[in-house]
Amino acid sequence: MSGGAAAGPPESHFGWYLRGLREVVSLPALILASSFVGFAALAQGAGFTLVQVVFMTATIWALPGMVVLVGAVIAGNGLFVVALAVALSSARLTPMVVSLVPELKAERTRPWVLYLLSHFVAVTSWVVAMHKVQTVPRDFRTSWYGGVGSSLVMLNMAVVTVFYLTARDLPPVLSAGLLLLMPMYFLTSLWTSAREAASKVAMVLGLVLGPVCAALVPGFSLLIAGLAGGAAAYAWHRLQARRAPT
Amino acid sequence: MTFTGIEAWWWPFLFILVAGWLATDSWRFLGVFLGGRISEDSEVLVFVRCVATALVAAVVASLILTPGGALADTPILLRAGAAMVGFAAYLAAGKRMIVGLLVAEAVLVGGVLLG
Repeated sequence: MSGGAAAGPPESHFGWYLRGLREVVSLPALILASSFVGFAALAQGAGFTLVQVVFMTATIWALPGMVVLVGAVIAGNGLFVVALAVALSSARLTPMVVSLVPELKAERTRPWVLYLLSHFVAVTSWVVAMHKVQTVPRDFRTSWYGGVGSSLVMLNMAVVTVFYLTARDLPPVLSAGLLLLMPMYFLTSLWTSAREAASKVAMVLGLVLGPVCAALVPGFSLLIAGLAGGAAAYAWHRLQARRAPT
Repeated sequence: MTFTGIEAWWWPFLFILVAGWLATDSWRFLGVFLGGRISEDSEVLVFVRCVATALVAAVVASLILTPGGALADTPILLRAGAAMVGFAAYLAAGKRMIVGLLVAEAVLVGGVLLG
């Protein structure tokens, strides 16, 4: 279990933490950072201050939830409605954590360590972790994932700061391009991380229902599109299961 | 109780903590609590993933169709077209995200510069 003599990696918690930090230099991290650039531009345009934007990045650490929060604030929604919309968009984190925890846990891992580390779970760090965690000796996995998660958070706090301060001075073509990065990141990462066909059905329904609901029930369109589209996709999932039992 | 409803320096931060941090980390903590107790394939979690995915997809649609900032000044057909061509390229390239992003950006920037 403790790896034996592999390629000579450092067999200490700090050594594996540092190896986790190194994941910040990777393609997924670069793509994530570019979509945080888009978020900085969005939040700046919506009137959030720099400190608020950095605070959101550190405390929420889930780009969909952050974009939902900004959108609901622009729509002038109250605290309760905003919280509900953010909560619905972030509910997908639960199944991700459920699948990651058994991979991270060693025999003597204390629960508070797992609760602390769970804050780092978002699409990118989850995809990286599920892909690479098997290569880390079990006793050092929590240290390693602490490195992966904290480096991504710190990198993007810095990215958000730099681009919040420069967003106004960029040429329009460039800032239009930056604002397109985030939706493209969501489109492709949602499709990549979809576990079952029902999630893909939900994605297509959400794309269609979003604009329809925005026209019919402005203000609550996200909530309604999410609930209706999600329920319909789940109904489809049940129908498929009944037709072809596996 | 809107974001700008209370004129105190701490109100936006409390708002972000309650509507953002609490609304998000609760799900993560629930995941740790449930981890090892239920299977990620359980029906409840399939439903949860469906609702959350549809909601985020609705966000994506609004980010493309009714964006803010400089993106709002580009033609809607160009934005939607760039996203669709980018997504098709991502699929054609064997689900490589970087391909989708680069192609969508190329179509958008090309369209703006040519238009």
